[in-house]
Amino acid sequence: MAVTVLAGARVRERRLALGLRQADVARSVGISGSYLNLIEHDRRRIGAEVLDRLAAVLEVSAAALTGTGDAALVEELRAAAVAAGSGAAGSGAAGAAEVDRAAEMLGRFPGWAAMIAGQARKVAQLERAVEVLNDRIGHDPHLSQALHEVLSSASSVRSTAAILAETEDIDATWRARFHANLHQDSERLVAGTEALVAYLDSVEAAEAQGVDPLEEVEGWLAGMGWHLAALEPGGGGVAALDLSGLASGAARVLARDWVAQAAADANAMPMAAVEGCGGDPVRLAQDCGVGVLAAMRRLALRPGSDVGFVLCDGAGAILLRKPVPGFAMPRAGAACALWPLFAALSRPGTPVTALGEMPGPGLRRFGLRAWCEATYPAGFGGPEVRRAGMLIAPAPEPGEALALGGTCRICPRGTCPARREPSILSDIAPAGPPARSEVSTRF
Amino acid sequence: MLIEDEPNIAEAIRYVLMRDGFRVSLHDDGTEAVARVRAAVPDVLILDLMLPGVSGLDILSALRADPGMAGLPVMMLSAKGLGRDREAATRAGANVFMTKPFSNADMLAQVRALAASCPQADRG
Repeated sequence: MAVTVLAGARVRERRLALGLRQADVARSVGISGSYLNLIEHDRRRIGAEVLDRLAAVLEVSAAALTGTGDAALVEELRAAAVAAGSGAAGSGAAGAAEVDRAAEMLGRFPGWAAMIAGQARKVAQLERAVEVLNDRIGHDPHLSQALHEVLSSASSVRSTAAILAETEDIDATWRARFHANLHQDSERLVAGTEALVAYLDSVEAAEAQGVDPLEEVEGWLAGMGWHLAALEPGGGGVAALDLSGLASGAARVLARDWVAQAAADANAMPMAAVEGCGGDPVRLAQDCGVGVLAAMRRLALRPGSDVGFVLCDGAGAILLRKPVPGFAMPRAGAACALWPLFAALSRPGTPVTALGEMPGPGLRRFGLRAWCEATYPAGFGGPEVRRAGMLIAPAPEPGEALALGGTCRICPRGTCPARREPSILSDIAPAGPPARSEVSTRF
Repeated sequence: MLIEDEPNIAEAIRYVLMRDGFRVSLHDDGTEAVARVRAAVPDVLILDLMLPGVSGLDILSALRADPGMAGLPVMMLSAKGLGRDREAATRAGANVFMTKPFSNADMLAQVRALAASCPQADRG
């Protein structure tokens, strides 16, 4: 595993903070004092059981010792290195970021690490904004139309005015005619210019932030703890929700759709039913007469829920992410192809369950439940629209688990049969392109 | 012959050319363009790129495909001066590409040159 575990250092810190002696802690945990000493100096790995017992004695969570909560930030740092081109040069190459030591850097310089991640995010936003603007200029029919209008009227004005100014013996009828044309086209010119300016202003306002609208909405939801309390009975209803924090029009549209959906969910699935279904989305769906995806959404978004949720469309594009610590979800682009979420797409109306394991230190196992819904919004003869959702619940259970990742580019798994592109991590895992025998199946 | 859908531009061009001694027949859309050109046998054709419902490039290609009109000098007019459009017009067989807004003097000079190069130069 590429990520360095600094658990030992944290164990030591915590023990000293509580004023406990090494010998006493060791005895409570059931190991020798000398072994604990080796652990504290990161000279021995900590087994899962010992970790749990240490956590109990030191009165912290196991995750706090292994730094599992930092995993998402480590992934972001790696992604930042990839974006900056370090991946291509190879870890440790002159001037490139030491990608394999990202976890260590985070441990020693959390402030700098946070700054790097923040800047990488900002760069990604700006790149997206530029891309949108370029796209617009090249392909926007409205812009093209507006420009054509301006150029046509300018051309007419120019030619007509030149005739009036340069023709010495111009006939009175013609003069009148041309004056009228000139007047008409200069008005057109003004109208066209105003339209163009208004249009460019609106583009500027909407894209100034350059934030992906989906991310904006997720940030807004996260800020409210992923629960829209206003939509429960006794809350202020849809009107009580403040959408002004969302800068872009697109984000507001997405948020409004989301809120409308959530309000319908809250109506159809009262809290009593939600609490009584034992966390089972199919049961909740049946009890309340709603679709399973709606039930999943409701379960993931109730207050205090520790369950993550991801929703995708028929092409596998992620429509919504409610993250959960330890389960890495890519910010943009395609996710790990082995997620049961995608297997569910080909089995609409069928529960798909799996125990999944994410790469990383500590306990990163999750119970995954996925479901795909096929709908026919345009009726019997219309197209089939598929969406799939997956609930992600932390599940420290033993047994065989699917080896998953977040996305291939920054995944450390060396021998994954579903890998589609090389990872930037090349230290432990041979993360090259798939073996020759697999090429034919990849394409 | 002038095929241009903007009436005020068409009127201005016509006036300038007529003052210089040319006869100008005008059409404001691209329908039956090839047939009309064939019937009129002009010395010079001024053709707008963007006509309602029809592309000036398509008209030009159709004209050039007809051996009787292979030598007809054509000036293409367009509000879009992008390299791509200019190249496309030249490839389709335009002799001159003029972007709007143009100066009347330039336009006249080009038309005169094109008329002089035309085999039937002795017509008005």
